[in-house]
Amino acid sequence: MTTNRRDFLTAAVTAAGAALTPELSHAHDHEHQHDHEHQVVPSDPALRVKALESLLVEKGLVDRAALDTLVDTYENKIGPRNGARVVARAWVDPAYKARLLADANDAMADFGYLSKQGDRMVVVENTSSVHNLIVCTLCSCYPWPVLGLPPVWYKSAPYRSRSVIDPRGVLREFGLDLPADIEVRVWDSTAELRYLVLPERPAGTEHLSEEQLAALVTRDSMVGVTKVAPPQAGVSA
Amino acid sequence: MNGIHDMGGMQDMGPIEYEKNEPVFHAPWESRVFAMFLASSAWHKWNLDAFRHTREVLPADDYLLVSYYEQWFSGLRDLLVRRGLVTGAEMESGVPAPGTAKATPPLTADKVPAALPNRLHAMRDVQGSPRFQAGQRVRARNPNPVGHTRLPRYARGKFGMVDRDHGVFVFPDSNAHFLGEKPQHVYSVRFAARELWGEQAPQKDAVYLDMWDDYLDPA
Repeated sequence: MTTNRRDFLTAAVTAAGAALTPELSHAHDHEHQHDHEHQVVPSDPALRVKALESLLVEKGLVDRAALDTLVDTYENKIGPRNGARVVARAWVDPAYKARLLADANDAMADFGYLSKQGDRMVVVENTSSVHNLIVCTLCSCYPWPVLGLPPVWYKSAPYRSRSVIDPRGVLREFGLDLPADIEVRVWDSTAELRYLVLPERPAGTEHLSEEQLAALVTRDSMVGVTKVAPPQAGVSA
Repeated sequence: MNGIHDMGGMQDMGPIEYEKNEPVFHAPWESRVFAMFLASSAWHKWNLDAFRHTREVLPADDYLLVSYYEQWFSGLRDLLVRRGLVTGAEMESGVPAPGTAKATPPLTADKVPAALPNRLHAMRDVQGSPRFQAGQRVRARNPNPVGHTRLPRYARGKFGMVDRDHGVFVFPDSNAHFLGEKPQHVYSVRFAARELWGEQAPQKDAVYLDMWDDYLDPA
């Protein structure tokens, strides 16, 4: 299989039109990012993927309707809105928040996002003195049930490499400059625990409903790369 | 394996490229690779550790160059053949070998919702007393296995404090190579940033890693 794998990769690279000179590592990085930004997906992978799907369906190894359902689930049903509802509930209900921090599976099961016996989730709380940040330095582990699939930057070398050695620098790239007296805790997802940050509730939201609060909560704040911004003037009820 | 995937602590990888309003998938083929991997994993012919390892063994320059779902595609093809669901000839020709009976897919659309909450399926309900307790000082071992491991280089040999015991999970170092699950306790271990990165690191900051019993020694 090594030969096949190399063939595939080589074909993908060639089709992408990347004229690579190994000594020009920055040009190399640039081409890579370029592909992501402009979605110049080589036709070759598309054809090869289609061929594999046909083969697996013909052999009865996968069910095409199941594939459609999986794609639809992660494109349309499971995403950061799930996590936002959990966060908003924790903000308005101290008893729920206590359960969430003690046993996230139990608390998230209220929404049907996780089963009590299933994959384990851990929620870490941002406070006025502690800021949490989630990363997976080794691959791409991410809390799918509450955030959906990870964005490209989360899986990228720059984020994975620097989050553990320079989290404050990474946060500054996201526009968050933390005071020196804040304790930064980075959670490197090296096992099958999945982490979610419970961000701080912004000031000036006392009058908002749980639903209005959920609308404020962003994906990035639940990864810990940003804070939740206060409501914009005119948006709040 | 001390591969390129183990990049925690590396520098000069460039700025973080943020895409506003990023789609879940950037092309339909990415979504099909994603779904094919999940659906064919329902045969239980492999595990997530083995899948991760297929990406780790990519040559370093390829690993950095190809997109995430290209890595998935190559890993899926590798596992399908290596674990006997597809023959090498079928992979080449794209058609089932003559005379092979059509299988019945284990994952059908109606089963998808129930399958997702335990997708990782790594916890094990086995007895076994933990070797460490919360609050205990530990030191990460310094193995350099040529196979799969979830003990990053940047933590090896470092001292930390057990924060909590997560329970019993399969052991990736053996599981990835189909050498048994070796279930054991996993702990969240707190490492001071200064222990990992030296005196220039902020004094209060810390990195938490999830560590198996076999990754730790008492200290």
